[in-house]
Amino acid sequence: MPRVLLPGQASRLFTGGQAEIEVAATSFRALLRELETRYPGLGRQVEDGMAVAIDGEIHQDAYATPLREGSEIVLIPKIGGG
Amino acid sequence: MNFVVNKSDLKVVGSRPVRPDGVDKVTGRAQFGADMALPGMLIGRIKRSPHPHARIVSIDTSKALALPGVKAVVTAADFPDIASEEAFVGEGPMNFRDLSRNCMARDKVLYEGHAVAAVAAISDAAAEAALDAIAVEYEVLPHVIDAEAAMAADAPLLHADLFTAGMEPKPTAPSNVAKRVHFGLGDIAAGFAAAEVVVEGRYTTQAVHQAYIEPHACIASANADGQSVIYGSSQGHFMVRAYVAKLLGMDMSNIRVVPLEIGGGFGGKTVVYLEPLALQLSRKTGRPVKMVMTREEVFRATGPTSGGTVEVKIGAKKDGTITAAQARLVFQAGAYGGSPVGAAAMCAFACYDVANVDVEGFDVVSNRPKVAAYRAPGAPIAAFAVEGAMDDLARKLDMDPIALREKNGAKAGTKAAYGPTFPDIGFLQVLAAAKAHPHYSAPLGPNQGRGVAVGFWFNIGGESSASVFVNEDGTVNVVSGSPDIGGSRASMAMMAAEVLGVPVESVRPIVADTAAIGFTGVTGGSRVTYATGMATVQAAEKVVEQLKQRAALIWDISPDAVDWKDGEAVPAGANAGGFDPLPLAAIALKAAKTGGPITAEVSINAQGAGPGFGAHICDVEVDPETGYTTILRYTAVQDVGRAIHPSYVEGQIQGGAVQGIGWALNEEYVYDGKGMLQNPGFLDYRVPVASDLPMIEPVLVEVPNKRHPFGVRGVGEVPIVPPMGAVGNAIRAAIGQRMHDLPMSPPRIRAALSK
Repeated sequence: MPRVLLPGQASRLFTGGQAEIEVAATSFRALLRELETRYPGLGRQVEDGMAVAIDGEIHQDAYATPLREGSEIVLIPKIGGG
Repeated sequence: MNFVVNKSDLKVVGSRPVRPDGVDKVTGRAQFGADMALPGMLIGRIKRSPHPHARIVSIDTSKALALPGVKAVVTAADFPDIASEEAFVGEGPMNFRDLSRNCMARDKVLYEGHAVAAVAAISDAAAEAALDAIAVEYEVLPHVIDAEAAMAADAPLLHADLFTAGMEPKPTAPSNVAKRVHFGLGDIAAGFAAAEVVVEGRYTTQAVHQAYIEPHACIASANADGQSVIYGSSQGHFMVRAYVAKLLGMDMSNIRVVPLEIGGGFGGKTVVYLEPLALQLSRKTGRPVKMVMTREEVFRATGPTSGGTVEVKIGAKKDGTITAAQARLVFQAGAYGGSPVGAAAMCAFACYDVANVDVEGFDVVSNRPKVAAYRAPGAPIAAFAVEGAMDDLARKLDMDPIALREKNGAKAGTKAAYGPTFPDIGFLQVLAAAKAHPHYSAPLGPNQGRGVAVGFWFNIGGESSASVFVNEDGTVNVVSGSPDIGGSRASMAMMAAEVLGVPVESVRPIVADTAAIGFTGVTGGSRVTYATGMATVQAAEKVVEQLKQRAALIWDISPDAVDWKDGEAVPAGANAGGFDPLPLAAIALKAAKTGGPITAEVSINAQGAGPGFGAHICDVEVDPETGYTTILRYTAVQDVGRAIHPSYVEGQIQGGAVQGIGWALNEEYVYDGKGMLQNPGFLDYRVPVASDLPMIEPVLVEVPNKRHPFGVRGVGEVPIVPPMGAVGNAIRAAIGQRMHDLPMSPPRIRAALSK
């Protein structure tokens, strides 16, 4: 199953301090749903204000992005720039 | 000098054609924001707070309105009182209530220069007189300028409803700390316990402005039927439309924003200041309203980047292997929360493969202008501290500074300090190119020193739209929604020409307004050549498919039997038939007979932008009598993925390095004890000019990003990350002392030398 890593303390507030969780999701959209179901508020937080790094690539706002078995998904703040 | 990895056979990409906007710019014909004029237009001006922190008791505009030539005055009462709502529209999270109140103060002013009213009049003189006639009564409040002072329990409170986000348990009292970020990897205590050598330091940087040469400027024109047009220069006209619509409660479809040429932005033009005021004045008067900031207004009222304090500690084995890295960052946010401390925290140790990391950051409000993005927001501040500590570590270990970085350098498969595992990246190739460069081994003289520092930026993708139109004569237009700040028009034309197989001179690029192209995010985050470029490539590929279909129709064969090669349709093989090649122009000529205009528009949300890394080498000479630092030689090496137009890429690298050198040596906001900015102009706020510097030598390393058809990585932000560290480390080598505080100006160096 894909693994979700939460390096930031702010995200861990939703998971009771858990820094790594496994999800059954096969797409980014499904991931958001599962996070929201298991940790109310986290899915919404990720959708509204965060990006995810999927196997090292940063994705922002990408519902359809597929997740593969063993994918590493890291929750990080959204990235802007100058 | 290019250090090329994996060069492929490209005809247009990688060449250096004349820039499509060049002639207009060098002849003065290009239209920037302040150059526009409309019939019957009024002049808009802003009345600003003389206090850094005060309650607005009353505003009396009656005398101003009674003056001849004054057509309208607006205050906060003329704008919707917007509820707190976070959104990600520009270059970072934005709270619309804060944005509205930053454009026009409501209830309180939070910094000297905060807008309290705006006027529209028939002339500059009439507008100026109106500003003088507006009577504002203030209740002056205690102020706080320094972020660490603002964190104190007894500091003047800017916002009674600001409770620190990211804290558990949630605070029960408001404070000036808008947000705390904290992340880590591994076990930081175990990492330091395993260390045989530890270095640490406390570094400070000052607020610095992006110092774009063109001040903010726009013209807004509201029609009687509710439709409006805004002409202006910004880093994103769709961003302007979204913010203005929100702040004025209008439908986006009723606002058309037309992008003009932009004289620099560097992140500072990813927000609005004038546009909502100009449009509201136009709605009140029924006439176009033009607003142009003075340089003083740009300094007093638009966003610089944060000043920051960074405490850094790094532990390592005697062989140089880093075992632990820790940092605590305090960043000025200005009057409203939203400093780039989060990005800085993520970037701090991103160049290195470290198992145990702990980074904590604080976003702190104080009575300064709200900060705005500035190239690689936050990253240079963190890098100044981390790269100084790395230099100290190399000295303690008696290691070559590049060798120390190579030993710990991030590569494909490294778990980045901020969490993700890196894909293909070019950091080690960058270090190898820096080490091999003749600069690195050149001899130095007395009072001279050499410094090395590295830097990282994520780079982003995002939403972009592009169209490709084949004209009847076979020439091509490429249309995108990305304001061209760093040469993106040339890059779009080149990528389209490469796909179409035609000379780049036959492809003309333009930037379209918000009603003429699909939504496109701001020009920022080093995203345009990557994301808008990807949209352009895809649109050109669609056009090629159409061209093949048209050729098949002309030849009366299957489209599968047609190939596209060097700008011509050719039979795919001997079985397809013996047709002569059909050039693009010949197919375009028959477009009407084969199905009509040949066009394609593509809108995408590009993902997978490749991270960028750079390494800079700086030689300085420090005058021991005056403390003046001369930059003798500067080399900037960077992984650029693939340089579409190398001259533009080199320009980005040179410009970033120069801005970083100014940040290191001269630039700072100077406040007096009353909270007043003392140096709001280029005489007293000293940016480097050409005569201050040697030629900055850029070295392009090309490790292609596999997610982009031509391997593009963003290039605009990485080059401002290493300079402060590189200059600081060079000065350390020259004078034998570490300068922990920016700017490393002559008085500071003299003071250090006299100790």
